[in-house]
Parts: sequence; C-alpha cells; structure tokens
Amino acid sequence: MKLNELTAHKIISLIKEKKETAESVFLAVKQAIDAFDKRINAYAHISEKPIKSESSTKEFPVPIAIKDNICIKDYPTTCSSHILEGFRPPYNATVVDKLLESGARITGHANMDEFAFGSSTETSFFGPTRNPWNLECVPGGSSGGSAASVAAHEAIWALGSDTGGSIRQPASFCGIVGLKPTYGRVSRYGLIAFASSLDQIGPLTKDVEDSALLLNLIAGHDEMDSTSANLPVPDYTKALTGDIKNLKIGIPKEYFVEGIDPEVKEKIITAIEVLKKKGAQFKEISLPHTEYAVATYYILATAEASSNLARFDGAQYGLRCYPKDKRRTPIIDMYEETRNQGFGQEAKRRIMLGTYSLSSGYYDAYYLRAQKVRTLIKNDFDEAFKEFDAILTPTSPTTAFKLGEKASDPLSMYLSDIYTISANLAGIPALSLPCGFSNDGLPIGLQIMTKPFDEEMIFRIAHTYEQNTDWHKKKVTL
Amino acid sequence: MKQYETVIGLEVHLQLNTKTKIFCGCSTEFGKNPNSQTCPICLGLPGTLPVLNKKVLEYAMKIGLALNCEINSLVKFDRKNYYYPDLPKAYQISQYDFPIAHTGYLNVKTGNEIKKIGITRAHMEEDAGKLIHDPKIKSSLVDYNRTGTPLVEIVSEPDMRSAQEAYNYLTTLKLCLQYLDVSDCDMEKGSLRCDANVSIREKGQTELGTKTELKNLNSFKAVKSSLEFEVARQIKLVESGERIIQETRLWDEHKQITVSMRSKEEAHDYRYFPEPDLVPFMVEKEEVEKTKKNLPESPSKKQNRFIANYELSDYDANVLVQDKEIADFFEECTKKYNSPKKVCNWVTGALKQELNTRKIDLLKAKLSSDDLIALIDKVETGVLSNLAGKDVLKIKFDTGKTIDQIINDHGFAQVSDDETLEKVIKEVIDENPSIIEQIKSGKESAVGFLVGQSMKKTQGKANPKKIGEMIKRRILND
Repeated sequence: MKLNELTAHKIISLIKEKKETAESVFLAVKQAIDAFDKRINAYAHISEKPIKSESSTKEFPVPIAIKDNICIKDYPTTCSSHILEGFRPPYNATVVDKLLESGARITGHANMDEFAFGSSTETSFFGPTRNPWNLECVPGGSSGGSAASVAAHEAIWALGSDTGGSIRQPASFCGIVGLKPTYGRVSRYGLIAFASSLDQIGPLTKDVEDSALLLNLIAGHDEMDSTSANLPVPDYTKALTGDIKNLKIGIPKEYFVEGIDPEVKEKIITAIEVLKKKGAQFKEISLPHTEYAVATYYILATAEASSNLARFDGAQYGLRCYPKDKRRTPIIDMYEETRNQGFGQEAKRRIMLGTYSLSSGYYDAYYLRAQKVRTLIKNDFDEAFKEFDAILTPTSPTTAFKLGEKASDPLSMYLSDIYTISANLAGIPALSLPCGFSNDGLPIGLQIMTKPFDEEMIFRIAHTYEQNTDWHKKKVTL
Repeated sequence: MKQYETVIGLEVHLQLNTKTKIFCGCSTEFGKNPNSQTCPICLGLPGTLPVLNKKVLEYAMKIGLALNCEINSLVKFDRKNYYYPDLPKAYQISQYDFPIAHTGYLNVKTGNEIKKIGITRAHMEEDAGKLIHDPKIKSSLVDYNRTGTPLVEIVSEPDMRSAQEAYNYLTTLKLCLQYLDVSDCDMEKGSLRCDANVSIREKGQTELGTKTELKNLNSFKAVKSSLEFEVARQIKLVESGERIIQETRLWDEHKQITVSMRSKEEAHDYRYFPEPDLVPFMVEKEEVEKTKKNLPESPSKKQNRFIANYELSDYDANVLVQDKEIADFFEECTKKYNSPKKVCNWVTGALKQELNTRKIDLLKAKLSSDDLIALIDKVETGVLSNLAGKDVLKIKFDTGKTIDQIINDHGFAQVSDDETLEKVIKEVIDENPSIIEQIKSGKESAVGFLVGQSMKKTQGKANPKKIGEMIKRRILND
C-alpha cells in the first residue's frame, strides 16, 4: 500500500519506529495532490511545502488538510469566496496552533461551499469539488474538500467545520469518518463564523481511531473563546475498547419516514444487527420535534450568518470593488459593489433570509419562535439520553447526488442535511462512519449521537462497529 | 396662549477608565497615534472572538448600584447590527433586553427642592472607532484606537421638565460618576457624551408628545442651550398649527440652532439578537452585595457628613463636595488641624481661586495638606496677615518652595515691633484728621479704615490686630 493511503495512527507508528520519515509521508501526499487534484479539486489553496512549526515536539508529523474557513497565519484563508481574495490572517486559529505544536504538516486549505453555505461543495469560488468515488457526483458539503482530500488520499486526515452537518454529510458521501464534537469542545477562535451558535470544528479521518487521535489534539478550553467549555479532555483513544455490551441505543422513528433511500435504510438495519451481536440493546424512540429542525435551522443559521458576514465590505481586507471603475464614489456604493461581486448566489440568498427574519416586525414570528423550537428539539434529546447511551440514525437520506442535480433547487439541497441538523441545534456530538455501499458504488454513512461531552461513548460504539466490518478498508481507485 | 410642559429624558454614554478594552487586551490610553492600539479582535478580523473584560462588569455594577438600580444577575450581550465605516464588525456588542442595571433614580437639586429623576437602565457596550474627515486629501480616514473601549450607557426616565433640570441632572450625574472613579467623565475628550430626547405637551396632559432626539451634545452648555432652543422651536411649531416630526437633530454650536439629521423613515433597524460568541452567565448575589458594600461615599452622603461632623454650613459643604479631590484634601487637612471652618475657608476660598485661575486640578498642584496647614497656622498665630497668606499661597503655586522659605525669601513676616508701628500710625493719623474726629465722636468702626491705610504703608506686613489696638489707644487716650 502507498504511504498516503495509510491511516494517521499507522503512519505515526512507522515514523516512531523510524521506518518512515515525515518528509517521505508528506512527499507521497504531495504526489497524490499533484496527480489527482486537477480532477478532484479538493483544495482551494495548495501549499508547495508543508506548513509546520519548527519548534514543535513532532510527535504527530501527519499531513493534514485544513478547511478554507480556518485561519492559517500569513496563508490565504478565503472561505472559498471571492470576497476574501487575498486575505492572509495575521493569526492562527487555535486548532491550527495546537496542530502545529503537535508537529502537523499542513498541506493547504481544503475547498468548501462558499462560507460553508451548502451541502455539495458546488458553491465554491474555486469551482466544485468532485466525489472521489464517482467524479460525476458531489462530495457533499460544506466540508467537501476536506472529505474528498482524505478519501482521495490527498491528505492523511483533515479538519472541517460542521454547522448543520457539514462534516458528517460529506464524510458519509465520501466513505470516511467525520465527527462533529460537542459545541464548546473545540475552540472556534480563528474559524471564520457562519453561524456562531452552531459552528464546530471537527476531524475527518479514514477510521475511528484517527478521529479519536485528532480530537485529542484539538479539543480543550481556550481563553480566546468564551464559548469553549472549561472541562478536562479525556484521552479518546482509551475509549476504543470494543466493548458495547448492554449499551442502550435508541432508533428515532422520525428518521425512517418518507424521503429515505431504501438502500440507505437497508444498510442501517444491517449495521444495527452487527452492533446487536456485540451486545448492544436497541429500541425505537421518538424525537417528536424532528420535523421542525430544518426550518428552525435555516432561520437561526441565516440570521447569525447575515450578521457575521456584514463585516465583509471591502474596507479593511479582501476584495474591494468600485462601480464602473469610479474611484471617487460614496462609500456605500463601494460596499454595494464589493458585496455584489464578492458574494455568490447562495451567500446572497442566506444574507437576505437572515436579515429578513431579524427585521423588526418579523423577529417574533421567525427568530424568536425558532429559538423556542430549538429548545424543544434540545429537550427531545435530553429526554432520550436519560434512558439511552446513544442514538443511531442514517447520516444522510441518500448517497451522493450528481453535480448540478440540486444546485438550482435550494430547498431540496437544504433537505440533504435533514438528519444532521438536529445535533447542531442541540449542541450534542455526532459522528458519521461508513456502513456500506449502494449498488452503484457510493458510500453510505451511519450516524451516532450521544449526550454533550460524551464523545468517548461515540468512539466506543463506532470503533466496535468498525472492527466488525470492512467498509473502512475499501479504498478509492483513481 | 396655551401653557406647555417640557418633557426631557437623557441618554449618557460614559467611557470607562479600564486599562484595557472591553473584549480584548488592547490599551485604552487616550491620544495615541491612530490605529496604534488595535489587534485582530478589536478590528473585528474574520474568525476572531470577543472575551469579556471582567473589570467592565465590575464598573458597570458600581454605576448601577450608585444610581440605586436593581442589578440583573443574568449577564447577557446582544448584537446591534448597523453599517458604519467606524464599526469594523458592522455590529456593536451591546446589551438589549437584560441590561446590567435597571429601575433606579438619582436625587437632583432643582431650585430649592430635591427631585428624584428615574434611571430606566444602564448597560455595557463597546465603543466604535473615530472618523477623521480630511479636506486636504478629500478623503475620510478611520482611527480604530477607540474601537472596543468600554462604555456604559445610562438612560434616564423622561422626568425632567426644563433645560435647567436636564442640566442639573447631568452635573449631578457627572459628580456621582466621578466619585465612583470609573471614568474621567471628561466631555471634551468624549468620555462623557450626551443625547437628549425632548417633547412638549399641553399642561395637564399625561400622554407624551412627539419627541425629537438631539445627538452628540458635547458640553454642558450645549445640553442646556440646545434644549432651550428645541423647546422653543417645538412650541412655535405647535402654535402655528404645524406638526412635530419625530426625528434626530444635531446641535449647530456655531449658529446656536438644531438642524435635522435624519427622519424616522430613515431610522435604523438594528436587528438585535443575542450575541452567540459570548455565553450568558450569572452574577452571584454575594458579589453584588460585596460591590454595594464597597461603593465609595456618594457626594450627597459626604455633604451631609461634613455638615454633621464639621459643623459646616450647607453651602460650604456643598462647595467642598463638588470636587472629590478638594473634599478629600479638606478632610486630610482637618485631621491634622482641628479647625474645620478655617480649613474650609482656605480651601473653598484662596485655594480654589488659585486652581481656577490656573485651570489646573488639585492633583497637579504642588500643594500638600501639610503645606496648607502650615500656612493657616502662620496666619492664625499672627506671623502672616490674611492678605500676605494669600500671596504666600500664590508663590507656593508658582515656585513649589516651602512656606517657611517663601516667608523668609520674600520678607512676608508681620512687623510687630512697636517703634516701626508707632511711626506708621503717626503718619496715618496725621493724614486723616476727619476720620479721627469720627472715631472720637463714637464711630469706632472707622478704625478699620486706618488699619487698612497702615497695612498699605507696610505692604501688608503689619500685624493688623496689634495696629488696631494701638490706634484706638492712641486716639481715645489723647
């Protein structure tokens, strides 16, 4: 097997045993990028040399792709948007600092849906990313570049961000492991905000052990982020015991109604059987407010986004445009033209939606109501976790769809996150891992959710499943 | 003509004197080079997050408690969204529905009465930057040094009934805030800024009339003059059968008129919503109690204590407490020299006059309590005349020499030797025969005139008490 096809934990042990060097691993990854990325377009910005810290202890010199909305000091960070063209932040995101300290070799910025607005990575200013399993298909979004880079072995592992499923859904579409940690588990400092109350950075990896390892590196309290939890971080690799005897797992009936692909449903049922054999107990449960999750999400997320994106005006950084080359013009015209040219269609749509729902006269009917429903959705989960150790669902109702298939129909696109959105609204952790392939060879994802800060339980269940199946061993051939 | 009643409410923005900004560690020092005190956080660069400066909370609580407010135990921030070139995030972090303090009052002297002016609320927020419009380069420049400076906005009830009352409220409020030592309260430096809401209604009406808002009043005089103008303008409008438009108006200092800035139609829709980057938290009751206990004495309490403890007149005590430094200085002197009335006379008289003419405050003056006591003692023991005492004080301010040095160097000591005095008295008596007649015929008060003449001849060095006795003895015994 080629070096770049190995998992991070394998690479780390090879380097420790001095059988390989960090340089040769990076070279293998770089060669894959050079060979495949013209077709996959997983990267928004490729670094010729590894971005690394000279002073690091170098315990984990693993090549990693970072989503283009996570700041890397003096390196183009653009949210794959025209409006941030040329922006090089004078600071690292906290997760980037932590990775550099651990010895990581950053390969570049992974492509994404512009400002993380999307479920297909088709809205990037740098063009769409393609699914390594089928180049006609989307990799999912918005962390499609991060997921595709790992699946196509153009990175050993990657960081994404998940606001409504943006790590898990592309992980599912690309046949890898994606984790959205508990809100507050990982610092958001340096993550260019989409919706601050929902965003969370998390790992995209080839297997569950890598996911636990990478979370170990990035989790923890950060004084620069007052929403980050001041709680101790366990060693997540210790949760990979393989023991799930007598765990109680709930299957929400609301996740198996119309819209779900029969193939997806079938694979989830098979996965349940695998876990049952290892001693887990399953029971149907109800999360009664599930049907309101998508509507609630699109009101809250766009409201916050409209506010977070208002700072992009051409004044301080990034793109600046003047109407018809007139340089002496009222500043408001400069703002307008910069935003007109700088933002894509989906960004404009969401800014307008969010501005509308926050406007006086509409606030109570939309934003405030959505906040109340969010509480109800969270209560559903609180109730469920009183009795159950975890909840198991499909990650996405379908496998990866074709490029352009949903691009012109925003509503159908929004529905592809229907199973992942609730975890963000409730702030709970959720992981997607491969649980099979469709007849036309596309990966299917299984989602595991637990109560807040119980990522260990997720890893325990996911790892047990993985050890008793072979899906994670199936490799893309390019 | 109908009788009208004026209704005024004030909004005061107070810049706190914390060393660092409200959401980052940048210095708040005034008058530094433009944009030299900024960082990615106060510049609102993408990905950065605010972290609350706890000192700001402490100061805001102090202000609330001093204004007899209730303190909200839930500390929550909101976003106030609007575009302006001096606002780098395009929203201001402020407090909307849960201000730190609400429902208080301030006792304000109006005429001979004390009136309770209601305090609606006081909340914390960040300041914006400053625009500099440079006609030379036909451009506007922005200085972000002030961005993120902590503010407390104090909103009064519409309880004031005249421009004079508003003026009195503002001066009382300023004094109260100065005593808390949370701001320098300097209107010229913009540390204290005031907006006024004003309307009129027919006497006896309870409903509020249409109000106008006067913005950016940058001196106490401007507050009074603009309100007087605006009330007269509104009455004139109503008398001529026209309607008052709800709008924001500016005070034109030069022309002494108010002019329209924007109408209600152009009013902002701020789209407030909870700030997702700052987690709401609770303030412990004990902490509020502790702050309350440690509040410095208020000016009115100090005044009452001065009257009770030092047997000062209402007037004297009031003059002393108008300046906390002066009041403290008075007490310091009194502790060392047990004659409060005499100390008070010197402090409120000669000392204040010196400070006023030099336009300096006590802290900048090179005068210790020991100096002033030494001076008073010299006068009381007859070494210096009252007049000479004042001259010594003047020289003290100019040179900073010790009192003894000044008396020596300038020959200020009183002349008391009989021979010299007899000579002077003889001259005076010879020059004023008509006065001598008056005294002889029983008008003893005319002695004062002769004493004055004698003082003049000795350049104030004669001992006036002694000289008076000598003159009387001489004339009446002759």
